[in-house]
This record gives sequence, C-alpha cells and structure tokens, in this order.
Amino acid sequence: MNASTIDLTAKARWVWLETLRIHRRAPETRLASSLSPIEIFVSLYYGGILRFDPAQPLAETRDRCIISKGHGSICMYPILADLGFFAREELEHVCETGSFLGGIPDPVIPGYETVNGSLGHGLGVATGIALGLKRKGSDRDIFVVAGDGELHEGANWEAAMFASQHRLDNLNLIVDNNRISMLGHTDDIVSHGRLADRLGAFGWSCAEVDGHDVDAVHAALRAMQGKRNGAPKALIANTLKGRGVPGLEDAPLCHIMNPKVETLDQLLGEAP
Amino acid sequence: MTDRPQAMRDALLRRICEAMADDPKLFFVCADFGSPVLDTIRERFPERFINVGIAEQNLINISAGLALEGYTVFAYAIAPFITMRCYEQIRVSLALLSQVRPLNVNLIGVGAGYSYVVSGPTHQCYEDLTLMRAMPNMAVYSPADHITAAALFERCLMLGGPKYLRLDAQVLPALYAEAPPDMESGFQCHRTGDRLCLVATGYMVHTALKVAERLATAGEQVGVIDLFDLSGFDQQRLAETLAAYAGVVSLEEGFRGRGGLDAMLFDFCAGRRLPPRLLNIGVEGGYRFELGSRSELHEQVSIGENAVTERVTRFLAELSEGETNRMGSR
Repeated sequence: MNASTIDLTAKARWVWLETLRIHRRAPETRLASSLSPIEIFVSLYYGGILRFDPAQPLAETRDRCIISKGHGSICMYPILADLGFFAREELEHVCETGSFLGGIPDPVIPGYETVNGSLGHGLGVATGIALGLKRKGSDRDIFVVAGDGELHEGANWEAAMFASQHRLDNLNLIVDNNRISMLGHTDDIVSHGRLADRLGAFGWSCAEVDGHDVDAVHAALRAMQGKRNGAPKALIANTLKGRGVPGLEDAPLCHIMNPKVETLDQLLGEAP
Repeated sequence: MTDRPQAMRDALLRRICEAMADDPKLFFVCADFGSPVLDTIRERFPERFINVGIAEQNLINISAGLALEGYTVFAYAIAPFITMRCYEQIRVSLALLSQVRPLNVNLIGVGAGYSYVVSGPTHQCYEDLTLMRAMPNMAVYSPADHITAAALFERCLMLGGPKYLRLDAQVLPALYAEAPPDMESGFQCHRTGDRLCLVATGYMVHTALKVAERLATAGEQVGVIDLFDLSGFDQQRLAETLAAYAGVVSLEEGFRGRGGLDAMLFDFCAGRRLPPRLLNIGVEGGYRFELGSRSELHEQVSIGENAVTERVTRFLAELSEGETNRMGSR
C-alpha cells in the first residue's frame, strides 16, 4: 500500500463513522474511549508507519503494535477489516453470539497481539518484546497505544524505568491523552501533571501533539519510527474523549455514557 | 548430577547455565534475587541475563514479551513474590495469553512453605499451590529434592506454556540418589502400605517418610507417594495406585482446606469414585509470627512429624472402626 496516496483525514472520518455504526448495533461497546485514538490508529495503519501483512498477522517481519487500551479500541475493528485482517462482514456481528469481535478485543482477533482487557499490561509486555527484538538483532519497532487513565497502574512505571535503563529505543509509546478515566477527569482523580515531563524524567524521549490533527500525528510518528537514539520514545497525543459526539465529547462520565440512537442516526446521516 | 545434597535452586540453575552455552534461545530474568550459580550465569551470558530489580510485575511482563519473541524464559524470584505480587500479570499475559500464543515461561519460586524459617510470614509461602493451580494452562511442580529440581529442567524445555516450579530454600536430603524419579508419571511411590497411603509434596515428603518409618516400627505399613507434578501427573497410574488403599492422607506445607494439594486429591478421588477415605493435613491456624526451628514451627501448625504421626494413627483407628461397623451391619 502506498501511504502517500491515502488521504488520512478522509480515512479518519470513515473510521469515525464506522465506529459509530458499530456502537449503534452493539451498544455494549465503549464509544467515547474508542473515538479519541482514531487519528493515532489511522496514522499507524494507513500512514505507512507500521509494517504488517494481513495475510500473516504474526509474521516475524512485522512491526509489533500492542493496543493496551483494550475497551477503547473498537475503532480498530473497521481498520483491521478494511486492511484485510478479517472479512468486513464480521463488523455486522460485533458482540453477537459466535463473533470474535467482542466488547473488549481479545488476541483471537487477527491483528491483536496480546491480552489487554485488563489495563496497564501493554507497556510492560511491549518492553519485553522490545528487549527480545534487540537481542535477536531485529530492526523492527514495537508500538504501544495506551490511555492516560491506565497509566495509574504502577506496572507501567516499572516498565518505564526498565526501558530507559536498557536503552530500548525500538519501543514507542503513544498515549491517547484524553484525560478522562471512568469516573471523571484524571486531573481530579490522580493527576499525571504533564506526562511528557514525567516520562522525560524517567529517561524517555518525548513529543506532544494534537491527537486529532492526523497529519501532525503522522509526522510525529514518522519522526519516532526507526530513530535509534538510545532512549525509549513517547508521543503524548492530546485528544478528546467522545470526540465529535454532542453530549459525549469531554464529558466527565462519557466513558460509561451511550448517546441516544437518534443522536447516532443524525450523525450517521440516517435521520428518519 | 551429584547425589550430595544441595539447594534445589543451585541444582536447577546449574542445568540452565550449562544449557545456555549451547542454546541461544534461553533467557534468564530475575527480580533482584541471587545465588552463587546465578553469578556464573550473569558473568557468562550478560546478553541473556537481566535483573529487573525489585519489580515482580515487570519480571512477568518482560518474560512474556521475551517469550512472544521466541525465547524460552526462566524467571526467578522468592516464591511468595513471584506468585502473589504479580498474580494478575501471570494470569493475563501467561496463563490466558498462552492459550492463543505459543510461549514458554518458567517461573522459579524459591522459599516453599516455611523454608525461610526466621523471616516470618511475608517470606514464607503457604498459598502458592492453591493460587497457581487455580489457573488453566499453568503447570505446577513441587520437587522434594535437588535431583528432582534438576530433572525438571528437561520438562521446562520440552513442554511449552507457563510453569511454576516451587523450590525449597533449604538443602534437603537427596531422595533420588540412585536414579531420578519417573518424570513422566509425575509421582513416585517410596513405600507401599497395607491400608493407608501418605501423598505428600515438597518438604512434606521427608516428613511422610519419617512418619512411615515410625509407624512401621509400631507394626503398621503405610504407603508414601512423592507427588511432584501437580498438574500433569499420570492420572490412570495414580488412580490405580490409590485404589488399593482404604485411606489416603494428603500432606502439604500450605494452608489446609484452602484449595491446595488436599483439594486436588479430593477432586481427583471423587471424580473417579475412588474408595479411599481422605484425611487432609496442612497448615492450621493462620499466619504465625512465632520463631523457632522449621520442625518446631511445623509442630505448632500441625504438620510436624509428631503431629502427623498422631493424626495418622488416629485416622488408622477410625479406618478400623469403620471396617468393624460395616462388618457389624452386614
């Protein structure tokens, strides 16, 4: 696929609509947290950042990508289907009996690497993968997409210390920094302050970006990828949870809110 | 392999160290916990030895990541910490993930039961058999001597998936100086009895043998089985062995009645409608802060040689009464 020919903005819009459609059919899915990382995933998967082969999702030559914010990655379903990891028809059956596309993705879905329904595991496992790739002499990268809320889990910081100690510059963390966990704004619960400063203090090389400016996200990922500077790298993508859905966007409790069907229909252009 | 008694960990680590020279796929990770043999591994294989620091959650995550990249990983720490401090990491990224991805991670926990005698309850370990056997896909081994511990190395290489090796921290007498136990069947019969068989694991095999010796002096022959593979033992063979007895006693250095060896044997016998009556012997009375020798501590919590002899003698008497009643009611 030639990345330069793909209109990332148009793809992001399409993924946004598809995510809404999935949620309309399967209200058990978490919508708000699946809308904030769309531009991150679109840049990674359509922007020529990740090297992958949908026919061989676990090929040795792939770049690894761990989606740590499990619930908040329903937007990956249309992306993976569109890229050919599985049939598009599967999108009609999310959360239905017999489907492999659940409310929280599992690694039985082609394209998902590890188990991430429980939060705060992705970065640590990715750090082990980064070490394994280095020791094998592989030049592949490992990306992790994590939410800021799950960075409350202490295991992340054990991994963050380890990654800089061992100069794992093939490890790339992207934080979907929507600043809201289940029960409100993280600043009102346990604030991370400026995440770039915190990770920087742990020896990480950090950048910050508007997470909904898909070209900016793409450029930032391009700058990270393959850069071997002796430090693990983090991109803090500042995003809005529930982005683009009235009543949902940036609402403190949007993680557990479902928009009305009429609202979804209106947004999908299917108003009666 | 030597039959001179040595620490289980040293015997196993020696095997790992020898193999690391020839097999570039072996990786050793520890959580700031050592041994003299480990120093050799660190010096000889600096690229494949890593100390993650006092961070067991990360120990498991790093191990999972390395295993996903094709390494056979040995992760090493003190038993209560490598099981309980990071239980959810083990559940999610080893037990659960191994169901859909090939991975080989071997958790070596040192400090079974009371083996850290004077360190108190934080460093002693009475819950690990229960917790580790609660997870599907997890193999659980509990050797009784250093020869068995060393022989487990081949199982670690041969069998994929996550495994837990529960090692004693003390040097225990060699049980298998003549030949290693039958690793395929997962248990070894040390004595054959008339009416009753003691099924023990780890340190308690030594207690069982002493108790059997005492009872033999009193004219009662009891069987003794060392069950060192709690997950993959030969079920048919164990069923046939236990079917010959009127009573079976489980002996473990872990809390009684909380899902350890006792629950495993109960489920095993009930599921096969095996005839023996069961007596479970394990740690009674909760956590303890008292200091003493291991045998003194064992007597306090009802798993010492005296306590076990007394309870088994009583159990034998109950078996006799049961037999009399049954005969009387005919």
